[in-house]
Amino acid sequence: MTRRHPSNVSHAGANTENATTAIQSKRGVPEGLWQKCDGCQATIYRKEAEDLLNVCPQCGYHWYVSAAQRIEQLLDAGTFEEWDTNLRPTDPLGFHDKRSYADRIVSEQKRTGLSDAALTGTGMIRARRVACGVTDSSFIMGSMGSVVGERLTRLVERATTGKLPLIIISASGGGARMHEGILSLMQMAKVSAALARYSHTRGLFISVLTNPTMGGVAASFASLGDLVFAEPRALIGFAGPRTIKATIRIDLPKGFQTSEFLLEHGFIDRIVARKDLKSELARVIDYCGG
Amino acid sequence: MSRSLYRLPLEKPIYEVEDRIAALESAPLGAQQQEELRRLKRELVESQKKIFGNLDPWQTVEVARHPDRPKTSDYLSLVFDEFVELHGDKAFGDDAAMLAGFAKLDNHKVLVVGHQKGKTLTERQACHFGCAHPEGYRKSMGKMRMAAKYGLPVICLIDTPGAYPGVGAEERGQAQVIAESMFLMATLPVPIVCVVIGEGGSGGALGIGVGDRVAMLEHAYYSVISPEGCAGILWKSADFKADAAKALRMRSQDLKEFGVVDAVIEEPPGGAHRDPRQMATRLKTFLVRTLRELVSVPANTLVAARYEKFRKIGVFIEAAAVGT
Ligand SMILES: [Zn+2]
Repeated sequence: MTRRHPSNVSHAGANTENATTAIQSKRGVPEGLWQKCDGCQATIYRKEAEDLLNVCPQCGYHWYVSAAQRIEQLLDAGTFEEWDTNLRPTDPLGFHDKRSYADRIVSEQKRTGLSDAALTGTGMIRARRVACGVTDSSFIMGSMGSVVGERLTRLVERATTGKLPLIIISASGGGARMHEGILSLMQMAKVSAALARYSHTRGLFISVLTNPTMGGVAASFASLGDLVFAEPRALIGFAGPRTIKATIRIDLPKGFQTSEFLLEHGFIDRIVARKDLKSELARVIDYCGG
Repeated sequence: MSRSLYRLPLEKPIYEVEDRIAALESAPLGAQQQEELRRLKRELVESQKKIFGNLDPWQTVEVARHPDRPKTSDYLSLVFDEFVELHGDKAFGDDAAMLAGFAKLDNHKVLVVGHQKGKTLTERQACHFGCAHPEGYRKSMGKMRMAAKYGLPVICLIDTPGAYPGVGAEERGQAQVIAESMFLMATLPVPIVCVVIGEGGSGGALGIGVGDRVAMLEHAYYSVISPEGCAGILWKSADFKADAAKALRMRSQDLKEFGVVDAVIEEPPGGAHRDPRQMATRLKTFLVRTLRELVSVPANTLVAARYEKFRKIGVFIEAAAVGT
């Protein structure tokens, strides 16, 4: 993979001033030596968190990881073969808000080094071959448009024909991507239909929900796992907290829409810490005939 | 013709002509008045055609949300010969926002599921204005499984601003049920015909929207997000809802162009709410014709074609393969 890897970005250029002001970096664009933790608000030495797979050493809050980092963390070194890298988003609606979607695509691609919000392919998890997809919340909120839908559908179809266990790690605050309108909404049906077929062939699908998994992503493939795992304290839900607050005009309960909340209400099989994810995946694959 | 208390600003010219007609008709008519009456009636039709033939995207949303627009319950009585309502999700409750039951259509026995908005304020509140909770989707799924067991075609009438956004809805798995419903419908071995009759609001609409044929009434809309929601996120203010409605390309003609809907069912002049009976007749004609096509198709073929129908939706660039 030649994609720019955020953890490879040199920190050498970060001057002391930057470091001491604890740069509030945009997701996916790390800069500086220090980062404020969204979980405990402490200023954390970045390298220390990176050594823990981007988990806060103080409070255990699971920080953002890019799709590429996720692949590195999960799959056996050098085994990942990426699929459908030649798909590119376009602007079927001619969508304009304050700026055009066409421009937004280009700037997001430049900023993240990704062609769109999902990457898919095959690789090994402790020597077990799997089909694996990851969405990256840094690319237009990890939202699903035609490319994400198509990559995931092809992934599911190849898992079906290749009789491979399927793992999809979701990170999407955006759900179905507004800028591609109804075409984005229909990707939910398209991927779900592919998963239905896969399921009828007794395929094993493990869905891993990470922070955040919302809207049309939560309401489609992410909820359709035979097994659903979630990282701790991830935001997971259908409607955004602000929408709900605006509708019902009461304060939301503490811990609402977190992984722990969903576990308590019966929608998640296991909450799995990032450091354990690889071994947990390998373990359940073995139970389900992988 | 129904005379509504609720008048959209865009309908003003129509109501003006109607008021003139009413005034004229209230007195005895001489030959001259008869002539004037005929002229006004022609003007009325022309005015309706002109206005409703040129609705902008936001006006379409207003029409789709018109309180007098025929709802699932209206079509149940106007289109179907019988409706045997089936309540409950056998798990939590009976969501008034989702109707389900057996019905007779022409010589077909079918299952109908549909969003219900209600008419009076009490009903509308009970239905959460057409926003179903998870128990609504669990109800529709349960009835669909039964329909599959007994070989009944399924008809889905879609009319929702969206699935309900609330604490209880999240606690009971709103995301989960919408996903499961699409998953179920994708391979349900009976014909499924879906029609967006009013609002096709996002996942809540698609949750009963996976079928062999998907149609829209002419002035319905179907969108990934409400125009207000989109405006709030991208323009930072719901004041830009009309801009969002335009940008989202949510009208029936747009969806036909994108290949998302198979058919657009024309509305009577002045919209479905002006003549619910005529609208119902047109809907019935469409449903009967479509079912006739589908009932003879073997289940395997049906499900395979349904897969292909959704499989091909999406627009992207596929460059000549590099590597891999
Ligand atoms: Zn922390």
